[in-house]
Amino acid sequence: MSRLAHLIKKEFTQVRRDPAVLRLILIAPIMQLVLFGYAASNDVRNVPVAICDQDNSADSRQLAEEISQSRYFHLTPMAGDPRALEGLLLRGTVQIGLHVPRDFHRTLERGQTAQVGMYVDGTDSNNATVAAAYLTGLLRARGVSLAERSARAAGRRGVTMPGIRSEPRVWYNQDLKSVNFMVPGVFAMILLVLTVNLASLAIVRERETGTLEQLLVTPLRARELLIGKTVPFALMAMFDAGIIFLLARGWFHVPFRGSMALLFGMALVFLLHSLGLGLVISALARTQQEAQLTAFMVVMPNILLSGFMYPVENMPVVIQYVTYLIPLRYFLQIVRGIFLRGVGVEVLWPQMAMLVGFGVVTFAIGALAFRKRL
Amino acid sequence: MSGDLAVQVRGLRKAFEDVVAVDGLDLEVGTGEIMGLVGPDGAGKTTTLRMLCGILLPDAGEVRVAGHDAVRDPEEVKARIGYVPQRFSLHRDLTVNENIAYLADLYTVPPGTWTARREELLEITQMAPFRDRLAAALSGGMRQKLSLICALIHRPQVLLLDEPTTGVDPLSRRDFWQILYDLPRQGVTMLLCTPYMDEAARCNRVAFLHQGQILRQDTPAALRESIHSRIFEVRCRPQHLAREMLKRLPLVEGVEVFGDRLHVTLRPEAAPAEAWRALREAGVGELAPREVEPSLEDVFVAMGGEVENRKSEVGNGEDGESGGTGVSPILPSGEPPPPRTGETPVPPGGK
Repeated sequence: MSRLAHLIKKEFTQVRRDPAVLRLILIAPIMQLVLFGYAASNDVRNVPVAICDQDNSADSRQLAEEISQSRYFHLTPMAGDPRALEGLLLRGTVQIGLHVPRDFHRTLERGQTAQVGMYVDGTDSNNATVAAAYLTGLLRARGVSLAERSARAAGRRGVTMPGIRSEPRVWYNQDLKSVNFMVPGVFAMILLVLTVNLASLAIVRERETGTLEQLLVTPLRARELLIGKTVPFALMAMFDAGIIFLLARGWFHVPFRGSMALLFGMALVFLLHSLGLGLVISALARTQQEAQLTAFMVVMPNILLSGFMYPVENMPVVIQYVTYLIPLRYFLQIVRGIFLRGVGVEVLWPQMAMLVGFGVVTFAIGALAFRKRL
Repeated sequence: MSGDLAVQVRGLRKAFEDVVAVDGLDLEVGTGEIMGLVGPDGAGKTTTLRMLCGILLPDAGEVRVAGHDAVRDPEEVKARIGYVPQRFSLHRDLTVNENIAYLADLYTVPPGTWTARREELLEITQMAPFRDRLAAALSGGMRQKLSLICALIHRPQVLLLDEPTTGVDPLSRRDFWQILYDLPRQGVTMLLCTPYMDEAARCNRVAFLHQGQILRQDTPAALRESIHSRIFEVRCRPQHLAREMLKRLPLVEGVEVFGDRLHVTLRPEAAPAEAWRALREAGVGELAPREVEPSLEDVFVAMGGEVENRKSEVGNGEDGESGGTGVSPILPSGEPPPPRTGETPVPPGGK
């Protein structure tokens, strides 16, 4: 037992002296949280918009004013030729170009539906869709009141026809939804990234630096070495999970409605899988570099296919089948379920069963590969 | 198997894919003995040691180390041996003290026991001032001393060393040997691979390894005496010309350069004067031939020649002249050394 304790203590001493690993453990989770909590959120903010106002009426100017005051858009005013909009879009100066035609005010005054041209740069389709939906919503809201005001001014009360055609979106203005979705995701993802990366170096590092030779001539048993190599990583990952949990609650105010014991218990089960994955990589790789590149190659598709960023339901059907082989997918459903919906075993048992199955099998393969490579 | 043998190897064999690294090796090392294992690179020294440690499984053969079977009970063997690998194998990101503590715990030595041992070892090796230094910041010599300390912290019965002082400065080598010399008194048996003949000369017995087999094993003195050829140290100018000349003479077995001198090995039956005359006729000046005691290095070189001859014998199918040297492949240590003339060096200028 003391042998094992010292092996674990040694790993921690080494981690303390390795700036690269320290960065991975201490800074990476916070960076991911900030990145996915703020920067990579699906909410649009400060989308550059240019307006070509050919009407130049009180109504059109007020519309521009409304847009510029919204925190979702950043307005670049421009006059004159609507064809110039295309150039701005092409150069990427703006993401949305709005063309207000000459008869905007008059059409509204007549109580008819005014047409506003909206040109959207669809390169970043996700962002474009959201931004366009936001702007449409805004136009519609403004359009209604503009039409009412114009109609009132013209002495025709009671006209409530929407003045500007729009396509309403349900998720408009659901400002914080994205954070609530992303932060629990980071909780799951960081466990995978951290442990696969650390465990993938477990043997290959000792082999490359020659220290494995010394370790093997001691009476240490393979089982002890396996535990001594994986427990420190599991502890570090759980430490990070704790940090993320605290930040999620305290900083991002993500609601937590479920059981904490269940959340961290399932995190341990997931670690069986991710550590096993890392051990397999470590056993197959001949150099640390090879191990790290392989870890990257494994982690990337895991994250993309798990539904971490894009819902699995939006993927092509064939790919959806593939996602059933990604344990992170089940873990994400469990984590988000516990965080946001407050559900427990009664609802999440199918995902939990899958996760336990994957955890046990992957770790067994990892342990076997580990023994073989010694 | 005998109780006073610390290492007993019989018919050891190991092949890697199509290369046979160790080919039917027999070896016995008595308790408290220092055994040297020498041989060219690729002779199978490291492979042999690794099989003795129980970290490499032999294809065939028996290995008993410290009274246990290294194949069946590797854990028992590992607990009783210390191993200093050729390559530095300790953690560079741990300090001297931390490395020692780490290994002491891996061997489950009670803390009260090993701390005193550590102080003692740090003292002898002059490493005490560097106890808190990271291993990465140690010089090559200090690293090897640290490896030795770590290999001894659990008081092993058998110490296996794989070229421990290769690339180590002379002072560190001296410190290193300071510890080794003390070990047999404590009943520790040592098996040492070394490329240095002066180190081999310090062993009780030396075994010459070639292509996975032991060609000969004996005490350094007996090995030196087994050389029947006479060796002369010659100082001449121009040296390269003299060397080329001598190499071509049929009575010369070999020429080695030792600084500004040449070591010329002559066939036992050759008359040395003939060689020097040939040199003088070729216009080589400043001759000062002096017969010298063969060193282990000479034995090593001669053994290399012997192997070459044996190969050609097999090729020609005839008994070559090497048979005439009368050296049996393995000379039992009990056999008295053959009498030989010219034991004392011939004074300079003597012919």
